[in-house]
Amino acid sequence: MAINCTVNKKKVSLDIDPNTPLLWALRDHLSLLGTKYGCGIAQCGACTVWVNGEPTRSCVLPISAVSNAQITTIEGLDPAGKHPVQVAWDELDVPQCGYCQAGQIMTAAGLLKKNPHPTEQEIVDGMSGNICRCGTYHRIQEAVKLASKKIKK
Amino acid sequence: MKTSRRDFIQKTALFTGVFTLGFDWFSAEASAETSAMEVVTGAGRFNAFLSIDSLGKVTLFSPNPEIGQGIKTAFPVVVAEELDVDWAQVQVEQANLDTKQFERQLTGGSGALKHSWERLRKAGATVRKMMMQAAADQWKVNVAQCKTSKGFVFGPAGQKASYGSLAEAASKLPVPSEVKFKDRKDYKIIGTRVKGVDNKNVVTGKPLFGIDIRKPGMVFAQIVRPPFGATLKSFSAEDVKKMPGILEVVSFKNKVAIVGESTYAILQARASLTCDYGSDVPLESNDTHQNWFDEGMKSDKAQVMRKDGDFAAAIASAAKVIEATYECPFISHSPMEPMNFFADVKADSVLLAGPTQVPQPAQKAVSDLLKIPVDKIQVELSKMGGGFGRRLSNDFVLEAAELSSMIKKPVFVMWTREDDMSGGTYRPAVRYRFKAGLDKNGEIIAFSLRGVGLNAGNSTRQDNFPVGAIENVLIESIDQKSAVTTGPWRAPITNFLGYAEQAFLDEVAEAAGKDPIQMRLALLEKVKTKPVGKITYEPARFEEVIKKVAEKAQWKKKPGVHQGFSVYYSHLSYVAQIAEVKVEKGKPKVTKVTAVTDCGEVVNLSGAENQVKGAIIDGMGHALFAKLNFQKGVASPSNFNAYRMIRGNEIPVIDAHFVNNGIAPTGLGEPALPPTGGSIANAIYAATKKRYYKQPFN
Repeated sequence: MAINCTVNKKKVSLDIDPNTPLLWALRDHLSLLGTKYGCGIAQCGACTVWVNGEPTRSCVLPISAVSNAQITTIEGLDPAGKHPVQVAWDELDVPQCGYCQAGQIMTAAGLLKKNPHPTEQEIVDGMSGNICRCGTYHRIQEAVKLASKKIKK
Repeated sequence: MKTSRRDFIQKTALFTGVFTLGFDWFSAEASAETSAMEVVTGAGRFNAFLSIDSLGKVTLFSPNPEIGQGIKTAFPVVVAEELDVDWAQVQVEQANLDTKQFERQLTGGSGALKHSWERLRKAGATVRKMMMQAAADQWKVNVAQCKTSKGFVFGPAGQKASYGSLAEAASKLPVPSEVKFKDRKDYKIIGTRVKGVDNKNVVTGKPLFGIDIRKPGMVFAQIVRPPFGATLKSFSAEDVKKMPGILEVVSFKNKVAIVGESTYAILQARASLTCDYGSDVPLESNDTHQNWFDEGMKSDKAQVMRKDGDFAAAIASAAKVIEATYECPFISHSPMEPMNFFADVKADSVLLAGPTQVPQPAQKAVSDLLKIPVDKIQVELSKMGGGFGRRLSNDFVLEAAELSSMIKKPVFVMWTREDDMSGGTYRPAVRYRFKAGLDKNGEIIAFSLRGVGLNAGNSTRQDNFPVGAIENVLIESIDQKSAVTTGPWRAPITNFLGYAEQAFLDEVAEAAGKDPIQMRLALLEKVKTKPVGKITYEPARFEEVIKKVAEKAQWKKKPGVHQGFSVYYSHLSYVAQIAEVKVEKGKPKVTKVTAVTDCGEVVNLSGAENQVKGAIIDGMGHALFAKLNFQKGVASPSNFNAYRMIRGNEIPVIDAHFVNNGIAPTGLGEPALPPTGGSIANAIYAATKKRYYKQPFN
């Protein structure tokens, strides 16, 4: 039976193996390639998307668990790139290779949605689940701070 | 990749007669000067490097593969500076492999800017001069009276013309044989913070990477590879073939490829595949490697890499001898984007697409494998999700090409993280033994190093500091062959040698009762006045980074802070570091690393800081955590749950400074890594009196 859900505000129907991880459904069946595969075991965070607004590791989440859910991927955060986190990421020139950054951005935007003005320690803790092999961690943390400033109090 | 709307407009424009000025920046040195530039007018010349359309928009084609080192931003910055255009006007496109237009179209060795600096400047400056000449002709004035700024030429009587309006006339002028480069005090873009040209596409999730390649008719595949040194005896694929979404199971070169309709279909099918392996020789384990190290250290067959004076006599006469052995394991590159490649092999042509640091060797290797001429093999370059040297080996390109030729379909081969981590081509495992002899005054009179590497080639760098400052030196290397595949890993060899040597010199300084920084400076003074034998480094540049880091980090002037020093020269750049450690709850914590880098001219300050900070975090993370174990030819661990990568809550503050002396730029993707393990280990020693002789520390 097909799984129905909403991805980036569009209704979709996935008539595939219900055990398929959301990551591969997005990439192989919905052609949303912005969400990245990094480890497949929820360790690196490259595959982070929002499920009902919560940052979630899509590589281990079967689509059977997202029936009727609202899913937001990097493509749906703000396609024009105007979300404060996206703007801050560009302004502070965060990306090196850029591969992990979709997951970093979805994690950061999720963090700020819940807690628009986090402390430095909350930023460090909130972002430490995502690996960046290039080591852009300083700028990631600074960019979250900058994005927080861009969000009106 | 699909033609984007922007590409389409540009192509249309070119075909309707907008002028493209093409410059062979990368022509051989012999044909430099006047013939370094070829003016190309006419349609369809997309392999030309610099185009200016009638609206004045400048498009630069960046030839080198972008891996996160920022070359796709740095190269165009140099051209735009000398061309004297507004950076906001510039559009950058990644060029595909084109051996006719480009030279050294690769990513490796931190050598791109060093190689191309003059070529890039000439490409910009020559066109600027032609624009001025075209304007001068039009205004009937002397070209010397014309000036440029932000893509415009200005005349003596207030005339103004855009580059776009002059492009056609300029393209018909003879190419000037001599151009004058800007004085660096007039730089408007070089040395500033320039944001990555791909940032906007990255933050909106555009499909930029190899793993995002999708082509018509493409099928997916994964490949099951044997343990190192093993051969495939048999495999049972009957159950696999029956699984949903599986198209084919084929075998080649001891590997089994599963071809399917989707990634997940293949992932599931892999669990049902059983492979039976055998081996003619015992498969390697950790013990094998330890035995090889032990044998290598005892061997009398070492290759002598360098010999100054009489080491044996000097060490025998020394008042004090310091000896230490350092060891590093095989480690994985583990870029965030695992290996992958696309290949479409037809009877007489091939399309390759994906992330490789070395597209031309990939093309050649596929040509040799399939007996198809190189000019029939097209290579499209994607952005690379890191590589750190892994994508210098083209094994994954060859696999994709071979598989496509067998199944006669366009195929995308993806490695899982487990495939990537357990499939080579690792940083080689190496053991080093250092010896130093001191005279009664604590001066170093003898120095030796033996490196025993497993598939490491020469595991020493025999002409590097402190060699050149010591009368009696013996440097030896032994390369032990192993079935474990190895390759360059960010700052090859020096990524660990830098650590071992800098930690050893710290120990020597302590034994000699000298300050580690003063000891280095005294040695460099000797090199300056009376160098021993051939050296590859400039002692004055070494000195400058050392003195500057001591000042910036307030060496030994911060009470309660334990500091460790290191300095290393690699890829023609000099990096000095001081790490700081505080003891919290009985445990040492690295709180800060101050780094001073001499990489000559800093082209893009933002990118340069990224490279230094990233390399320090990389060096620290791998010194602390990284290790692969071997059991019967199989590497473990195979994923990030057990193979620890450094995370954002484990990083020190990094204070990065540059000498920025205007010398032609040298390497920056790698040089900040080799000194890192040393500065950190030496700071930990200052705090705890414990020395680390093996990586990883934890």
